[in-house]
Amino acid sequence: MTAEATLDRSLLSTEYRTLTYVTGPLIFVENVHHVAYNEMVAVLMPDGSERSGQVLEVSGTTAVIQVFEGTQGIDIDITRVRFLEEVAKIDVAPELLGRILNGTGRPIDGGAPIMPEKRLDITGSPINPYRRAQPADFIETGISAIDGLNTLVRGQKLPIFSGSGLPANELAAQIIRQARVKSGEEFAIVFGAMGITHREAAYFMNQFESTGALERVVFFLNLADDPTVERLLTPKCALTVAEYLAFEKDLQVLVILSDMTNYCEALREVSTAREEVPGRRGYPGYMYTDLSTIYERAGRIKGQKGSVTQLPILTMPDDDITHPIPDLTGYITEGQIVLSRHLHRRGVFPPIDVLPCLSRLMNLGIGEDKTRDDHRAVANQLYAAYAQGRDLRRLVAIVGEEALSDTDRRYLHFADEFERQIIGQGDVGRSIEETLGIGWELMSGLPLGELKRVRDFIDQYHPTAATEKAAETGDL
Amino acid sequence: MIVGTLSKITGPVVVADGMTGTKMYDVVRVGDAGLMGEVIRLEGELATIQVYEDTSGLLIGEPVESTEGPLKLELGPGLLSSIYDGIQRPLPVIAEDTGSDFIARGTVASALDRKKLWEYTPVAEVGQQVSAGDVIGTTPEGATVLHRIMVPPSVKGTIAKMAPAGSYTIDEVMAVLEDGTEIKMSQWWPVRYGRPYKRKLDPTTPFMTGMRILDTFFPVALGGNAIIPGGFGTGKTVTQQSLAKWADVDIIVYVGCGERGNEMTEVLAEFPELDDPRTGHKLMDRTVLVANTSNMPVAAREASIYTGVTLAEYYRDMGYSVAMMADSTSRWGEALREVSGRLEEMPGEEGYPAYLATRLASFYERSGRCEALGDGDRVGSVTMVGAVSPPGGDMSEPMTQNSLRVTGAFWALDTSLAHRRHFPAISWTKSYTLYLGQVQDWFETEVADDWRAVRERAMFILQKETELQEIVQLVGPDALPETEKIILEVARMIREDFLQQFAFDAVDAYCPPQKSYWILKTILAFNDGATQAMSRGVSLRQVLQMPARDEISTLKTTPHDEALERMPELVQEISEQISGIEVL
Repeated sequence: MTAEATLDRSLLSTEYRTLTYVTGPLIFVENVHHVAYNEMVAVLMPDGSERSGQVLEVSGTTAVIQVFEGTQGIDIDITRVRFLEEVAKIDVAPELLGRILNGTGRPIDGGAPIMPEKRLDITGSPINPYRRAQPADFIETGISAIDGLNTLVRGQKLPIFSGSGLPANELAAQIIRQARVKSGEEFAIVFGAMGITHREAAYFMNQFESTGALERVVFFLNLADDPTVERLLTPKCALTVAEYLAFEKDLQVLVILSDMTNYCEALREVSTAREEVPGRRGYPGYMYTDLSTIYERAGRIKGQKGSVTQLPILTMPDDDITHPIPDLTGYITEGQIVLSRHLHRRGVFPPIDVLPCLSRLMNLGIGEDKTRDDHRAVANQLYAAYAQGRDLRRLVAIVGEEALSDTDRRYLHFADEFERQIIGQGDVGRSIEETLGIGWELMSGLPLGELKRVRDFIDQYHPTAATEKAAETGDL
Repeated sequence: MIVGTLSKITGPVVVADGMTGTKMYDVVRVGDAGLMGEVIRLEGELATIQVYEDTSGLLIGEPVESTEGPLKLELGPGLLSSIYDGIQRPLPVIAEDTGSDFIARGTVASALDRKKLWEYTPVAEVGQQVSAGDVIGTTPEGATVLHRIMVPPSVKGTIAKMAPAGSYTIDEVMAVLEDGTEIKMSQWWPVRYGRPYKRKLDPTTPFMTGMRILDTFFPVALGGNAIIPGGFGTGKTVTQQSLAKWADVDIIVYVGCGERGNEMTEVLAEFPELDDPRTGHKLMDRTVLVANTSNMPVAAREASIYTGVTLAEYYRDMGYSVAMMADSTSRWGEALREVSGRLEEMPGEEGYPAYLATRLASFYERSGRCEALGDGDRVGSVTMVGAVSPPGGDMSEPMTQNSLRVTGAFWALDTSLAHRRHFPAISWTKSYTLYLGQVQDWFETEVADDWRAVRERAMFILQKETELQEIVQLVGPDALPETEKIILEVARMIREDFLQQFAFDAVDAYCPPQKSYWILKTILAFNDGATQAMSRGVSLRQVLQMPARDEISTLKTTPHDEALERMPELVQEISEQISGIEVL
């Protein structure tokens, strides 16, 4: 699958005791020979324990190594370093399903050791754009704001932009529980947890156990108190397993990565320790490239049955969507689902603010044979009407509702009902037909002449159009 | 041969020792895997190299071999309908050769099909004096383009031998000059140098895009350049793709620079299916794609836009009008920044290197309408449209600002328009064009005498709306007098019935300039009628109930010929309907 780095060296691997400098998560080793870029290393601690690390830079005979478990307890004199002569790899096997692994892919659930079928380079290789197949299958998540307005398709990467304290995990759990495709296949789930708390991890575990999903989940667990730098490997390990399951075992894989903000923090930590020139807000200039090597590992391949769909979750610091993390993510992913504190405070669940949401691949997954012929038009009309209603709210705050025309008042009412009925569906699943039905119900509250974008479908779907028209022409 | 050894590796940038004699921007082969790279700094015997492929696993001490020449493209028949990565490796061939769905490292593949036979017709004769740019023969490339075989730049002499008409591969010799120089169907050109031309001409013909807001409000001339900046989700890619599909040019070069893989797939899946409105054949027949997705190596991303523009210039030299779309130039800027950071250069604004502005200027200056070298007075053009992805949608960032200084049109995408699903989300208040004066003549001759006047009036109404909206925000719409409320209504018609355009609708996707003009003309006729009626006491309500208003809103999706026939009548009917309204 990937180009193996051939490290053709003597079998006698050498241990070095030439540490000269330790800073943050980095150690510098001198007088090394034949060291490869990105090579893995074992750090042998003074107390006899072993840690793992990776070569970040080699210059002449000096190697810069990041230590995944942190540099606490490392000394200059006794600590030794052994180069492992291979780049970071993970053992994969179909038996990984149902297992819990740490952030670097070692089992931590006390179960049997995994008999590897293959050992894969976790960096992966970019999919040849020519070999990609266009995503086309509608995924019904059972959530109206997503299915109806920002449809998810198989092979897409659609992040959830959350804020501290917003129920992104609950939303993700609901999607995992309800997601299905028309053909009825179940998703295998690869969950990459980076720096999440015990409470959050326990929540997901309970969810998986109570719904019986556990046996189709591969759980990578890097908790908040686990070494920060280890997080840098977690999404790569998770995606390597996901690609293996999708493209070698023909499974439909849904990858959840939570929380990408913690990953980016780790990236910044290492960059700072290397004294690199910082980009925006201290994040390294290569963060776009780095994130893209994670997010781009989603999609379908021509002639292959399996697919990788990604739902990364990130926390927008201070709810700021222009912060580098959500900003760079949005530029790579195919849309975003944005959660709103305002809706959350008003008790709307899921609190999805649909205006800044987007699914770029929506058009590929909807329409006559996939969802329903009026889907696109209904989504456009609901969007336009809701945006208008929201604008009017601002106006009402200044001039009062009395100053509005009748049409405007109906828009205002529409916006309220939209948030209550379409978005605030609570913890239940809805089919796409139900979602569109509610949409038409709400639109019928607006004057017929305003429904420009669904004009072609009014006769077929509008619940009260016939009677309204008749009343107008006086035929009743 | 210059062979050095690797002495430092840091991400995509490596340093090799013992490279004396190598030149800046020479291409080198790095390591035993033969990864391709380019020299970007020289210091004594040390050469710093940006590597176009992933450097994981490279060892200190591995050999680095210089090819002693800069990064070059092979230009010849077979470029059209190809899909290349950033350094002109054909992706389908890579997939076939390696048998893998993923891109392995160190792959070498010829850019052009070496076995394919081309139907060659000689044009020049033995004994003829030829110099750079002269056409010695032609071959049809695909169904629609005639590929002209040109004497490469810097070659000159008398033809001693000519191949007769027939079928040849690109490696066969088509002509031999008296000094022994062989001319083949393909030639090589270094990507970082602009191809030479006789002289630049003033751009006077508009670059027709079929998008109403662009063609009418912010037109660009053939040979001009424009940028489309916008935050994510504002529709940069959809706009670029619609331009590629509909723009009235001979050849399209589409560069996907550091963008999404699935988007390139969309282009790859759609273009071969799409019928070309100009020729009736497939759109792909006159398109070259350069795809370097965001997860492909960063240095190749930096090279990809130069690859794109060199391909464009080559077809320009044949006398074709070429449009080059670069999506997105910000990713190219970031690649520059990343490499600059690894070189530990002193950063300029926001970490970008200080030479960002110079690089951008020299890139955009490769657009233009030119008289080509050689005989036959061929005139070709390269029009560039660069997408810009400003972080956080903030247009004050260096990529947008530096691009603005060197480009002629600014098509600003607006997040709030995108949120309310107003597409194309191009802001009519922030966008501008500098080509209006140059293309005005064309519109007034080809479309209508009062084209400019109609455009200005519509712009004025939109401008007025923006001012009135500010008042409405404070005091509510009821506080406005009726004469101003009608302006809001007309502005809304312009926005909904003219500016909004649905890229996925069969009819609405492309709008010819005549139709754009007439839709505006019709809306303005409504405006005039309404204003006049209201001055004699007719109420706004009555005016708005006019049946013609509904018809105006359906014009954009009415088939073009039908609409064009109907609109002059409609203008007439509007004035009749209005004068028929009685004052209540």
